[in-house]
Amino acid sequence: MKQFQYIRPASQAAVLDAIAKSGSKIIAGGTNLVDLMKKGVMSPDKLVDINSLPLNTINTSPKGLHIGALVLNSVLSENSLVLDKHPLLSMALKAGASPQLRNMATVGGNMMQRTRCAYFYDTTMPCNKRTPGTGCGAMGGYNRMHAIFGSSPQCIAVHPSDMCVALAALGATVTIAGKKGERHIPFTEFHRLPGEHPEMDNHLATGEMILGVDIPDNNFAKNSYYLKVRDRQSYAFALVSVAAALDLRGGVIKEARLAMGGVAHKPWRLFDAEKFLAGKAPTEENFNKAAQLAMQSAKAYEYNAFKLKLAPATIAEALKHAGGLA
Amino acid sequence: MNKPIPTSADGMSRVDGRAKVTGAAKYSAEYNQPNMAYAVLVGSTITKGTVATIDTKAASAAPGVLAVLTYLNSPKVPGHIPTKAQKPSSKSGPLKVFYDNKILYNGHPIAMVVADTFERAQYGASLVKATYNKEAHDTQPPKNITQGVGAWGGKDFTKGTVDAWKTAPIKLEQEYTHPSDVHNPMELHAIIARWDTPDKLTVWDKTQGTQATRDDIAKAFKLKKEDVQVNSQFVGGAFGSALQVWPHEVAAILGAQVVKRPVKLVLSRPDMFTSVGYRPYTWQKIGIGATTDGKLVGITHEAVGQTSSFEDFAEGPINTSKGLYASPNITTRYKLLSLDVNTPTWMRGPGEATGAFALESAMDELSYALKMDPIDLRMKNYAKTDPDNGKEYSSKFLDEAYAMGAAQIGWENRQAQPRAASQNGWLVGYGMAGGMFGAYRDVAVIKAMMKADGTLTIQSAVSDIGPGTGTAMVLIAANKMGIDAGKIKFEMGDSSLPDAPMQGGSATVSAVGSAVHDACTVLKEKFQQLMGNGGTDKPDYVKILKDNNLPSLEVLTKSAPGPDNQKYSMQSWSVHFVKVLVHPATGVVKIDKVACVADCGKIISPKTARSQVVGGAIGGIGMALMEEGIIDHRYGRYVNNNFADYHVPVNADIPQIDAMFVNKPDPYINPIGAKGMAEIALIGMAPAVANAVYNATGKRVRDLPITPDKLI
Repeated sequence: MKQFQYIRPASQAAVLDAIAKSGSKIIAGGTNLVDLMKKGVMSPDKLVDINSLPLNTINTSPKGLHIGALVLNSVLSENSLVLDKHPLLSMALKAGASPQLRNMATVGGNMMQRTRCAYFYDTTMPCNKRTPGTGCGAMGGYNRMHAIFGSSPQCIAVHPSDMCVALAALGATVTIAGKKGERHIPFTEFHRLPGEHPEMDNHLATGEMILGVDIPDNNFAKNSYYLKVRDRQSYAFALVSVAAALDLRGGVIKEARLAMGGVAHKPWRLFDAEKFLAGKAPTEENFNKAAQLAMQSAKAYEYNAFKLKLAPATIAEALKHAGGLA
Repeated sequence: MNKPIPTSADGMSRVDGRAKVTGAAKYSAEYNQPNMAYAVLVGSTITKGTVATIDTKAASAAPGVLAVLTYLNSPKVPGHIPTKAQKPSSKSGPLKVFYDNKILYNGHPIAMVVADTFERAQYGASLVKATYNKEAHDTQPPKNITQGVGAWGGKDFTKGTVDAWKTAPIKLEQEYTHPSDVHNPMELHAIIARWDTPDKLTVWDKTQGTQATRDDIAKAFKLKKEDVQVNSQFVGGAFGSALQVWPHEVAAILGAQVVKRPVKLVLSRPDMFTSVGYRPYTWQKIGIGATTDGKLVGITHEAVGQTSSFEDFAEGPINTSKGLYASPNITTRYKLLSLDVNTPTWMRGPGEATGAFALESAMDELSYALKMDPIDLRMKNYAKTDPDNGKEYSSKFLDEAYAMGAAQIGWENRQAQPRAASQNGWLVGYGMAGGMFGAYRDVAVIKAMMKADGTLTIQSAVSDIGPGTGTAMVLIAANKMGIDAGKIKFEMGDSSLPDAPMQGGSATVSAVGSAVHDACTVLKEKFQQLMGNGGTDKPDYVKILKDNNLPSLEVLTKSAPGPDNQKYSMQSWSVHFVKVLVHPATGVVKIDKVACVADCGKIISPKTARSQVVGGAIGGIGMALMEEGIIDHRYGRYVNNNFADYHVPVNADIPQIDAMFVNKPDPYINPIGAKGMAEIALIGMAPAVANAVYNATGKRVRDLPITPDKLI
């Protein structure tokens, strides 16, 4: 791999200074970035290790539950506050990667991980995300793992995270720091769709860093479920995954949250299905209807047409688990 | 009839177990040499054509780079690697590395960068730039393969009437496909090559046969056999991928010649997909027919296997149909399909595993058509003599194996109707399938030496790719000599030691184990002679040596098969029983329970035998549910050449696997009564899973792997 500089600043200000230039990359767990560097997919001039920053706390705050960007996926998945307040997040984390990877991967790094599209990883193949203007290798190629929602002619890659699917469903917010100060954006607006610029995975600007996420308190803890369908039972990316959360009171769904993984360039919230379920009874029939509603804008390619069938089946199944019907 | 299931605690532990789990065991890449350099290969990025230009200036100028080899400047290999094609062929034979500018497959090595560190070699490799004259390529097997495709002149086989199945009252004809599977042992293929003089070479190499590798390298480089030393002390899995000398091994030897330093070359995981073979894509068609009471009328088994454009690789997918059932009429046809890919090779349970998937799936389909229990159907057509050649079997207790496995899995709980059982919202299914593989015995030589301190050293050139060869050998010697296993040392993995065949075809214990038996017999007799008066059955070896003023006593014994090995049909048998759970909505398959029974003669080492069967079963589960090397045919290039995308089973996929043995010695194959078990541990597992999935869902998947998308 290309030679690079490595620094480990002691303060947030020093990190922000160091990442001001586009050739610099933040490294935390490095579970994805190091692979990408070995493959020649990313070749930063400078790695800025942020592990000296105090961003590894989990605590309750007026905004709900605060999770620092450096909290390890493994720690987060076992945290008692998470298990108590947001078990959906724990389920999603445990469905991701392998224990070894979760022991290294951080919350911020999980959000920043790149797609696992094979064409993105092979530098001899066309890929607009890796090298804009070279075309999309997956579009007419092997696209079994690829998007059915929100893709563009430039890119049909999916975001690989499980954790992010749960955070999108739970309505988290992201705290971002830059030279001009801090800003907060809804988690659902952190990642972006590929559009004309698939090289951009999210709305984090050059020179900005993630400080953490906040999850507002909710009534979903008793009725939530994360269902991931994959080719093997561990260490495999989702064919499709569903985070389902229901606020069930007196046999009526007061509020529903649904998000999917493995189907889009970002965690895909199913707003129409959520709206449909609000005020309805948690029945199999309603869950199936919600699942069908969620599929309205879906579009498949040569090898991923099965997702048009698998996705609604998984949504309905996840809802049945969340609603206590399975 | 049901026998206790061996647990992992039964039997002696591996003699090298501690070394392996503590990291003390050294694998080929770990024998670092003074002044060693590192080599990295550069593969072509096109699939077919020629190299037009190759720019190595930047790579040569990069820090630490010692040499960049291409076809333009590489020393030529005087003899190249000799061809092992099974039939005369117009093809050019094994790939000649850095020989000319032709590109025969995507990833074809076009250059090798040698540098003073691995990282610098890797960086140098990234700077080699080639331009190509591209030609149209073909890596995709045609959608409608029909009889007659292919170049290999394998003869059709007929017993009785051709295609007699068509005349049967109950019959079916179905096509089965199986994708290319890549061996992917955990240990990457690696070699360290050191020229001791211009005519003398030492290599530390991942190989399944130190002497076969020695002989091939000697032929290729026109060296005397005794001037090539091959060491392969430990091998971290191979499954057939290290049964021959591959281009990367030749390249490393060339590199060491050029830089005049020892050179280490370790393949990358992506390299493993294009450098050391794979189980080839195979299309099969089975026509099978029976009388209404289940007596087979005929089996026709056609197969077309993928090979490369430059080398024929043929295996035995059709063998299973020739030998597993007593059908009066059997027809087989086998052809090869040449594509612009690297050459396939044997992979555990080679063609038979592929063939068993087709035949044992078809037998299952036939059992439903007959409304007959699949075991009853098999027993109705139980072969008491070899259907292929009429020979008597040296031993066969497959019927006992069926009964043992059925009892263990709870076969009585199987519903005769598919999709008739469920538990906790999951569909439940039971399936079974059998396998067979020829049981062999080759010539082997053993040196056995008893020392004054009462320790016994046994030597063989054999490699051990993981099954526990040393453990089995020590147990055979301990039993024969009547001494404690702890006093016995087995030395191996060194081409200068006494002759041994390659570790392949499940034949090591039969060949080398028999030689250990024979050598120990001779050695013990020598001691008994020294005692006089016929000696006793329990000689005091230390005392005898001391009394005779001898520092040690040794024998060199050659052990070979006899006429019985020709007289009888010798086979190992297996049956696998599987209980699966299938989620009706998402198509996820969970293996809930597995019972495997092997009828492979006497069990020498219960603990490693159990591990061997468990490992084979897991390999079969991978073959059934997830393994598939995927090429984007537009580019001719793999798109899943890593462990994240090429799926093999993980712990979460594997339940308790009950491995059982009939454990009855084969009286004819060899003096120890043991037959091979490595291949049969896998053969039949994939169809057992497929048959269980059908029983659970009513969906018959005839193209492996059975991924969730195929079940929704």
